[in-house]
Amino acid sequence: MASRSSLRRIGRLLGCGSSRRGLSTEAGRINLFSAINQALHTALETDPRSYVFGEDVGFGGVFRCTTGLADRFGKSRVFNTPLCEQGIVGFAIGLAAMGNRAIAEIQFADYIFPAFDQIVNEAAKFRYRSGNQFNCGGLTIRAPYGAVGHGGHYHSQSPEAFFCHVPGIKVVIPRGPRQAKGLLLSSIRDPNPVVFFEPKWLYRLAVEEVPEEDYMLPLSEAEVIREGSDITLVGWGAQLSVMEQACVEAEKDGISCELIDLKTLIPWDKETVEASVNKTGRLLVSHEAPITGGFGAEISASIVERCFLRLESPVTRVCGLDTPFPLVFEPFYMPTKNKIVDAIKSTVNY
Amino acid sequence: MKFISEYPEKRIPCYRVLDDEGYPIANSMYEQVNKETAVKMYENMVTLQVLDALFYEAQRQGRISFYLTTTGEEAINIATAAALTPDDVVLPQYREPGILLWRGFTVQEFANQCFGTKHDLGKGRQMPVHYGSEKLNYFTVSSPIATQLPQAAGVAYSLKMDGKRACVVAFAGDGATSEGDFHAGLNFAAVMEAPVMFICRNNGWAISTPISEQFRSDGVVIKGQAYGIRSIRVDGNDALAVYSAIRAAREMVIREQKPILVEALSYRVGHHSTSDDSTKYRPLQEIDHWRTARGPVGRFRKWVQRNEWWTDRDEDEFRGHVRKQVLSAIQAADKMDKPSLTELFSDVYHELPSNLSEQEKSLRETIKRHPQEFPVDVAV
Repeated sequence: MASRSSLRRIGRLLGCGSSRRGLSTEAGRINLFSAINQALHTALETDPRSYVFGEDVGFGGVFRCTTGLADRFGKSRVFNTPLCEQGIVGFAIGLAAMGNRAIAEIQFADYIFPAFDQIVNEAAKFRYRSGNQFNCGGLTIRAPYGAVGHGGHYHSQSPEAFFCHVPGIKVVIPRGPRQAKGLLLSSIRDPNPVVFFEPKWLYRLAVEEVPEEDYMLPLSEAEVIREGSDITLVGWGAQLSVMEQACVEAEKDGISCELIDLKTLIPWDKETVEASVNKTGRLLVSHEAPITGGFGAEISASIVERCFLRLESPVTRVCGLDTPFPLVFEPFYMPTKNKIVDAIKSTVNY
Repeated sequence: MKFISEYPEKRIPCYRVLDDEGYPIANSMYEQVNKETAVKMYENMVTLQVLDALFYEAQRQGRISFYLTTTGEEAINIATAAALTPDDVVLPQYREPGILLWRGFTVQEFANQCFGTKHDLGKGRQMPVHYGSEKLNYFTVSSPIATQLPQAAGVAYSLKMDGKRACVVAFAGDGATSEGDFHAGLNFAAVMEAPVMFICRNNGWAISTPISEQFRSDGVVIKGQAYGIRSIRVDGNDALAVYSAIRAAREMVIREQKPILVEALSYRVGHHSTSDDSTKYRPLQEIDHWRTARGPVGRFRKWVQRNEWWTDRDEDEFRGHVRKQVLSAIQAADKMDKPSLTELFSDVYHELPSNLSEQEKSLRETIKRHPQEFPVDVAV
């Protein structure tokens, strides 16, 4: 994966919203939005009771994730909705409650808050409150999240922690194209409502080999993507590429880092993280969202409970600052590679 | 240059069939109701009254934690139910238990929910009156206001895609029309051409807030036009008017595959709930006037009795019979065990995730150490 600084350069070159690249590059190698697009094609093709909708979805979506779907599957299954997030999610819950797969798009995660009540009080409790008479398990809410270099307050946020406090939904975040396709198909077919955050910075920039066939990757299973022995790093989504660069950098100083992609934030795979920390004795969690009350706090507390006697230094977090997501100050706000490298070193030398 | 006035020149008229004395109003068109249906409607309205009176009493005695009556809105409940078919999917607010009653939910099932017994279909997880029945096409009640309205558009869209000859009926109160979800629900239904009937029970009060402090429009019916939704205002205390309006609306919704908005004018005779004392914010005489002179059950009874389909003796016998039935249901529910502890953790997800099985295990160990701390009627 490219480093964050080179991503930023390419990001500026491409600009947000312009489409210079087609849906596929050389055979099998595609970017993240194309992988999402493939997953949606597969979902619509394999289940006639599946629907894709949201703001501007009909013409292909502002990030091109729904390109070609309306032409292929018709406007009754792939359609625009009015500009109203609580309406989109409420409508989707009703559709899902009738045994359909309702795949709703919220254009930016920053705009998901009008739908917060529908997600927290309705979708998440639909099965429980009815004694399992009703459920909206066919619901999947997709939303692009995270920094993009120039998004300011309202095109950059990472709101995952709000949703991780809600029993009854799952929260899933992929790190790249191959993961995105497999995890999205699992989320769509999972019998529980899922909030699926897509790292929008990587929509065009992350390119990798993605199998063309229909495949699913398991939810609630973390993955060790780099093995190491001195410290465990846990992250998800776009932040993993930054963490990976930090691991490479730390290795130059002889520090061996183990990197874990959590993938599903709730219900999360504590066992994989616990096993890794029992091996390394150290833990660092990193996310773009503000540090206070972020999901890193939950991971930190859980691992201290489970691995207290094995820990050789305090669990450390390298996260966004407790400010609104800033525009010109974005490079200061972000949990950058060097902030992580510094934290790795001070943790290992504690 | 011409500004459109904030108010239409004339208020939207209210469709009525029976006057306050139960006489048909001259030239008012309505659907004929046969004896069998009329008597069933009346009996259901009476049952709802008895149920409300005795459950309210049970709450006052501390046997259930909460209750909320439908008093004053029996006609909207029962006449709507009678005008629908069992295939029509209902997304209720919380003052529509009459739909369930009409569809065959038993008095014991109502009691089981309010007492949170092991036979409660909702497994004891929600406050009283949060009924739901998958079998009876009645979505489970949730407390947040108006959230069911955009959902109703989605449910209706599914019926449309499946080519069903049925519609969705979504209820809300006057207060709900101020919520964003009211706007979302109506706008989505209009744009998606979803076969859903929105029924607003305008009973004048959202807890203590009167409609004059809720909106400045000519009630709710007028809002339909702004969304491109056909609408009608009906006297909600007139069972025949409600029945006729809902029958006609249902036919149009299904034939045209488009939403309709019905504003049913009524008055919330009861307190908002057992947690409320409405005499603190409205005069007693006003409540009494609506309970007696303008009550929907009495008005319908006059019409039914004038048709010689019901007698005073029938009245006494039926009320006595229902009373006994409700009291025995309350007694049975009062003695019944609560759902077992397993139900605390099930159904959060389709399958039990590891964090919940850990928490269940840990809680069971705590119960072993401190059994006296926990209710004895929950099997562990």
